[in-house]
Amino acid sequence: MSQASSSPVLRAVLEQEVKKNSGWRLFIQTVIARAYPRLIGQQREKSWMFFDIFLPILAVSAYVFVYRAIQAPEDYIGFVIVGGAMTAFWMNVLWGMSSQLYWEKETGNLALYIMAPNSLMAILLGMALGGIVATTLRAATIIILGSLLFKVSYAVVSFTQLFAVFLLAMAALYGMGMMFASVYLLLSREAWHLSNLAQEPVYLLSGFYFPIKNFNFWVALSASVIPLTLGLDAMRQLAFKTGGALGFLSVEVELLVLLALSVFFLAAARILIRYMEKLAIREGRLTESRR
Amino acid sequence: MDFAIQTKNLGRVYKIRGGKKSEPRELVALQGVNLQVHQGELFGLLGPNGAGKTTLIKILTTLLAPTTGEASVAGFDVVRQAEKVRPRINMVSGGESSGYGLLTVRENLWMFAQFYGIPSAVANWRIRELLKIVGMSERINSKSSDLSTGLRQKMNIVRGFLTDPDVLFMDEPTLGLDVGASRDVRRFIREWVNQDPSRTLLLTTHYMVEADELCDRVAIINQGRVLACDTPASLKSRLQKEALFRMEVSPLDGSTSVETFEMLPGVRKVTHRALDGYAVLELILEQDDALGSVGNLMTSSDIHILNLQKREPTLEDVFVDLVGRSMEEVEKAGTGMEGR
Repeated sequence: MSQASSSPVLRAVLEQEVKKNSGWRLFIQTVIARAYPRLIGQQREKSWMFFDIFLPILAVSAYVFVYRAIQAPEDYIGFVIVGGAMTAFWMNVLWGMSSQLYWEKETGNLALYIMAPNSLMAILLGMALGGIVATTLRAATIIILGSLLFKVSYAVVSFTQLFAVFLLAMAALYGMGMMFASVYLLLSREAWHLSNLAQEPVYLLSGFYFPIKNFNFWVALSASVIPLTLGLDAMRQLAFKTGGALGFLSVEVELLVLLALSVFFLAAARILIRYMEKLAIREGRLTESRR
Repeated sequence: MDFAIQTKNLGRVYKIRGGKKSEPRELVALQGVNLQVHQGELFGLLGPNGAGKTTLIKILTTLLAPTTGEASVAGFDVVRQAEKVRPRINMVSGGESSGYGLLTVRENLWMFAQFYGIPSAVANWRIRELLKIVGMSERINSKSSDLSTGLRQKMNIVRGFLTDPDVLFMDEPTLGLDVGASRDVRRFIREWVNQDPSRTLLLTTHYMVEADELCDRVAIINQGRVLACDTPASLKSRLQKEALFRMEVSPLDGSTSVETFEMLPGVRKVTHRALDGYAVLELILEQDDALGSVGNLMTSSDIHILNLQKREPTLEDVFVDLVGRSMEEVEKAGTGMEGR
């Protein structure tokens, strides 16, 4: 307000009639706008190169050396590299999706999201889309560096199927993250502990560093509820020569299960976010951290 | 639309959870609030912290459901027609830390504009112009995490005006701003309302001067109830008959208290503030004559008058007259019903 109060600038702003989109246009605008902080903002924090690239490659290297020491089939090295890359998505879903609404509440953004005419589902989808794209950049870097470092050879059976598996695995995984975002919000401060608790067991159950066929059938089937389990298994089957022989279920079945999981998690996320919004308005405890 | 904002018998009770074994207790934040704010009005809610101002704003901005009564904003019910209310409103709170620190000022504002469906080109033009108005043009590409508290609050204020709402809610908007910036914000707020008679602004504040200078009408709120609602001039005229004095005196000893003064004939209200080496008494007397008995009591109690000033009534005096204590005393005593 450094300018005179009756300045032309002020008059122009005050007199301008602002047209606002609604319906699907508003939905798309919201998705893109909420994805933006992840697509652009997150890249500004250069520490991601250390935490999201260097540290996962270190973890992967340990398994590579173990497999080489016991003279495991060479494709296992590739399995580990792909698994290591996929850990980036799991970390992002845990810390960047599930816990996100809780942090949004703490900073006051959640109240602004609820008060705005947009849909909260669009906010969640924006978070997910931004997360997927930003994390794909990290995962791709891990795969490229890991493959070059350990001389991994790929034998892709079908690029189309591989792409479909990746897309469905992401839809199901981030659908689960969107669902957990509402659950975590209801759990409030316990959310942080829950994320900590879920991190390591999923590394094991989803077979990040080994094929899940090594599990008992029922354990592997139970672990398939986590979308990355079947996503990883199918990707390994499609990308490596011995992948098919080491796969848990056929790629077609795994694709169908991933599709079902995607629909289930996205529908559950929609129902839960609506419930959470109603609860927030009724009880008044979700839009501020005091109560 | 008759009123931009209307509430009928509005109430809100919070259930506060205790420990695992204890029953939740109830906290009455608002009770029986009836307000009617006209289109084009700049309306103030004045009350101490915990009076229920923020709860009322949350209900009106569709963030909280009332437990009793009803409210409408821009002609729509805030509970049943929330989706119609939301495109027409916006809210700015003092001291809020919304947005993302890694984004620039422009990016944060653009993001919030998108949530209201404003096309990017229009949003970017308004962001540039509004930042010029608040004197932040050169910070348009600064990361918001690098902004001072005052600049951050200015950015929040721009966020509120960016979407050109019909009804804007400002909850303590000048909190954390220096004197100059607060004055500029108040000037802009006034012009924004004056420019278009369809624009309405509801402002909560516990700064009496802000309410007095800015608002067409003011509702004084305490312990969840609206105690009075009128223009600042009319509210103050209630005390025109009374004589108001400000006295600086030597510190009161234990034998003389505010109550001792209030028992004197012609003395309506007295508030006391102990400062470093002296005390300030604010007196509301029925007539000037009553000052004599106050002086006599001071002499007999060995209290020395250091300074005496007769003054015009302020909204603070109106609050004291209505509540019996100053806003500062109410806040210190923590008798507000909210936020505990």
